[in-house]
Amino acid sequence: MEKRVTFSSWTIGILFAVPQLLLIFTFFYWPAGQAVYWSLTLQQPWGGGNIWVGLDNFRSILANADYWNSITASLVFAGISTGLAMFIALVLAALTDRQLAGSRLYRVVLIWPYGIAAPALALAFRFILAPEAGFLSVINRMWPGIWDPGLDGADAMASIIVAFSWKYVGYNFIFFMAAFQAIPRSLIEAAAMDGSGVIRRFWDIQFPLITPTIFFLLVINITESFQDSFGIVDIMTSGGPANSTNLMVYKIYSDGFKGLDYSGAAAQSIILMMLIIVLTIFQFRFIERRVHYG
Amino acid sequence: MTMIKRGFVALAAGALSTALAMPAFAEPVKFDFWFGLSGDLARVVDTMCKNFNASQTDYEVVCTSQGNYDATLQNTIAAFRAGKQPAIVQVYDVGTATMMLSGAYKPADKLMEENGYKIDYADYFPGIARYYATSKGEMLSFPFNSSTALMYWNKDAFAKIGKTEAPKTWEDVGADLKAMKDAGYECPMAINISANESWQLMEQFSAIHNQPIATKNNGYDGLDARLEVNKTKFVQYVTDLKKWYDAGLIKIKSKDLGQDMVQAFASGTCQVILTSVGDHGTVGRTQKEGMKWDVAELPVYAGTERKNSLVGGASLWVLSGKSDAEYKGAAAFLNFIHDPKTALFWSTNTGYIPVTKSGFDYMKGQGFYDKAPYKGRETAIASLTASEPTEITRGIRLGNFTQIRAEFGTQMQAIFANKVSVQEGLDTLVKNGDAILERFQQTYPGKTLP
Repeated sequence: MEKRVTFSSWTIGILFAVPQLLLIFTFFYWPAGQAVYWSLTLQQPWGGGNIWVGLDNFRSILANADYWNSITASLVFAGISTGLAMFIALVLAALTDRQLAGSRLYRVVLIWPYGIAAPALALAFRFILAPEAGFLSVINRMWPGIWDPGLDGADAMASIIVAFSWKYVGYNFIFFMAAFQAIPRSLIEAAAMDGSGVIRRFWDIQFPLITPTIFFLLVINITESFQDSFGIVDIMTSGGPANSTNLMVYKIYSDGFKGLDYSGAAAQSIILMMLIIVLTIFQFRFIERRVHYG
Repeated sequence: MTMIKRGFVALAAGALSTALAMPAFAEPVKFDFWFGLSGDLARVVDTMCKNFNASQTDYEVVCTSQGNYDATLQNTIAAFRAGKQPAIVQVYDVGTATMMLSGAYKPADKLMEENGYKIDYADYFPGIARYYATSKGEMLSFPFNSSTALMYWNKDAFAKIGKTEAPKTWEDVGADLKAMKDAGYECPMAINISANESWQLMEQFSAIHNQPIATKNNGYDGLDARLEVNKTKFVQYVTDLKKWYDAGLIKIKSKDLGQDMVQAFASGTCQVILTSVGDHGTVGRTQKEGMKWDVAELPVYAGTERKNSLVGGASLWVLSGKSDAEYKGAAAFLNFIHDPKTALFWSTNTGYIPVTKSGFDYMKGQGFYDKAPYKGRETAIASLTASEPTEITRGIRLGNFTQIRAEFGTQMQAIFANKVSVQEGLDTLVKNGDAILERFQQTYPGKTLP
């Protein structure tokens, strides 16, 4: 079944892996190690003196109400935006999979959003969602103050969720579409001849067969919602109002770079890394069991 | 990229000149100046750099905008840790305490003295000089772009309610805003409550009312200073602003919402704003056709003896670890900027004010403040020099002040969104701000401010 290339000597294999290993080491293991070291010290921003403080940085972060608020905000953001982005993409992919006229056009149109850089996307949404000048200003004119992301935390959270989901709908759509295409037509046609409707065919045949893709996208979407949200938050809300959109990744940036608290930011990034590892392990242990690999 | 390229060019030029052994064609000594202004203001700085380079042949300053103040400090720290720092860097007012403890600078007054320049430090406006000087009065950095906050008021709107003068007390402001609302003005006054507005809402207000922001004379007397804005007159100020906001007399205007307060004022939408004199030029250039407006000093509460307002803007720091030749160039550049003629050029093209008495006198002598677009800017000087600086009004010397400002923005938003009461919000501001100050103190154990 599988095609395998075999090398006469294992050194060649290593040799091929070296560039990749080197990159991973330079851009992941080395900085991660540095972050661990920094998180255990107090770093003077200009260099010079560094003081060993052990776990003090972690203690002071975990004792800070703002930090817990930022964890909650991140989880809310991850949950809603992942759910939204996956659900919409799934529905759209299921629809375009059917032999509709012009489905080729839909595909292209739906894939495009993923190609837009986060800052450009965020800027566009900032204009669209601006309460006085944007798209929603009409609603505000009818009911003044109903949409106010500048002061209302829930509105601000909604706007970054919309922007993030909008981008990942495109990404998820590509994968869902490929998964649907991989399902043999004969299965669906046979079911159709047996008289089962569209919904029934979806739940009993298509859905089980694409669970590996759903699982893969779930892991990726959740991870990305923790990390890729930075650009959107920075441009749309800067973590405000009143910290309501101060997601973990943004707090690391603002404490570390704007606040020059390198050690506190390093400790936060270690915690964020742990959280993502734990979430991923959880998904593999509990959700993957339900996945059906055909 | 450019650094490397420049390095190569310098190397090549060096090799060439040794090869030809013609010292007469020696290249001018190059040194870097990084600054945080952008857009219009960056172009003015560039012109100033060109003027300096054209004024002599020994040195060449290479001026690079880093986009904004935050980025300038971040990039400079990164460059310093890598040993590639510029000779001169522009650091914003609130970065002063952080810079003073960095150990990464060469005191500006020493630099000038070593290179034979005599600067009369008494010539600086005291409110400006003391912000950047040590407790012993040594100038570690040179004030560059300086400003202070003013009240901008729409004369037409005030005429509608029968007023020909700007309100002088906050009590009058309240009454006037109410009258304008009753006269049909949608937005009598605009404010913004982001982190940066800490500058005029909290810092300027406190200085003018001679109220402390922190203990230990606003941090001048030690790193163990802690905030105390939750028990000064500032509490009443925030309470009043919130009250007026709830009554519809004040609207929040920011870029995020589509229009910032300067635009709101210039377009005639809002009738009063509090902002930097640095915006004077912008309002003049973008104002609604025929709109009559003026600036006044920030109001005080009735019965308050007005003190000097604080300087805002940034100063120029000379960083350590550069060659003597570069320091010679840096000194020449600082001397050039100090010149009253440069002050005139700078203030004409920006809204910033001259930092020395001689610069101010020179500009007055040239009739600068009598001309239409610049008229009113002398109010900023009046505000800065309203009194001899007190222990509290000479400035703010708190570590990681950027984070404290961020905390200010957060709590103001919570207050205005009715999440917390004024007192609760300010208590949290003090609590979180103190944690930031404590952390700064721990980072520099055993050190004291110069």
